[in-house]
Amino acid sequence: MHEMGIAMEIIDIAISSIPDNVKNACVEKINLKVGKLAAIVPDSLRFCFDIVSKDTPLAGAKLNIEEIPVVARCKECDFKWTINTPVFKCKKCKSGLIDIVSGRELDIISIEVVEE
Amino acid sequence: MEIKVVRKVLDVNEKMAEQNRKFFAEKGVFVLNVMSSPGSGKTATLEKTLSYIMPEIKSAVVVGDICTSNDADRLAGTGVPVVQVNTDEFGGDCHLAAHVIEKAADNIDLDDIELLIVENIGNLVCPAEFDIGEDARVVVLSVTEGEDKPVKYPLMFRECDAAILNKIDLLPYLDYDIKETIHNIKQIHPDMPVFEISATKDKGLEPWIEWLKSKVNSKQKRL
Ligand SMILES: Nc1nc2c(ncn2[C@@H]2O[C@H](COP(=O)(O)OP(=O)(O)OP(=O)(O)O)[C@@H](O)[C@H]2O)c(=O)[nH]1
Ligand SMILES: [Mg+2]
Ligand SMILES: [Zn+2]
Repeated sequence: MHEMGIAMEIIDIAISSIPDNVKNACVEKINLKVGKLAAIVPDSLRFCFDIVSKDTPLAGAKLNIEEIPVVARCKECDFKWTINTPVFKCKKCKSGLIDIVSGRELDIISIEVVEE
Repeated sequence: MEIKVVRKVLDVNEKMAEQNRKFFAEKGVFVLNVMSSPGSGKTATLEKTLSYIMPEIKSAVVVGDICTSNDADRLAGTGVPVVQVNTDEFGGDCHLAAHVIEKAADNIDLDDIELLIVENIGNLVCPAEFDIGEDARVVVLSVTEGEDKPVKYPLMFRECDAAILNKIDLLPYLDYDIKETIHNIKQIHPDMPVFEISATKDKGLEPWIEWLKSKVNSKQKRL
């Protein structure tokens, strides 16, 4: 639902990351990491991105989204596991004291640019 | 050519939220972010909550609404300062972002309050993703919404510090398994307190009020 705003942020960050010495830059690909716990639906992000990137150096760029699994670590017994069902309890000792190690990401990793 | 960026997409919001958090700390104001689906009873819960904690805890409210001022009018009825933000001006957003709170706080005398309550936009998805610089987050869920909401919206229930289960006065009329809802909440967030209340019938509020007061007071003590 807020994918439109997210797409706009991505465009701002990507444009400001194009080096000054690249003339008429055309961005072909944006590499993103999106955690499975992040409130983002990749398809609607792509849809919004295509709309808001028109008339920018990012028009036509592909969003390459790497989905990151939710990984937790138990604070009691240090056990580390991947969460695939919505249960946030240690698989080994059943403790509820856990850290989310990954799965909350919403990061721009890199952009791929060609000069025209 | 590949250009390394490595930045959080919500970098700008997160920095703004940190700035808010620092500013509210300097002012000694505890900030509570209240979230829920549309109509779960955020406004009703806050109206009742304010009637319990005022004047002991001096409070103010920021209320987000996509386009009306109904909630602000109801909350102003409790006698606290209320600032209404229509996210229409900010593109009809489905959540309150940190910069909106910064602007809203301009209209409140922070030296005069200990608690700032933010009623977020009714939505179980987006607000969970946006830090506003709050000290605690509460999700309101009503018993008319189905037992599986916590597992459908895990981020919201992970991110919150307490859950309010509202409209328990309706339980006799519903085919609703409240134990299952609580079980589902505990699957997502095992140590989260769950308060069962009826905001309109004024039932079960005391444990919630105690929890809130102790949070606000512990921040005051740290000053
Ligand atoms: N029976 C019953 N109805 C309630 C209770 N709390 C709220 N309501 C009703 O539920 C409806 C929605 O309540 P609000 O307080 O406006 O809900 P909200 O979450 O603030 O709604 P939005 O701000 O529009 O998302 C109103 O008609 C309230 O009277 C309750 O404890 N019991
Ligand atoms: Mg409301
Ligand atoms: Zn463990």
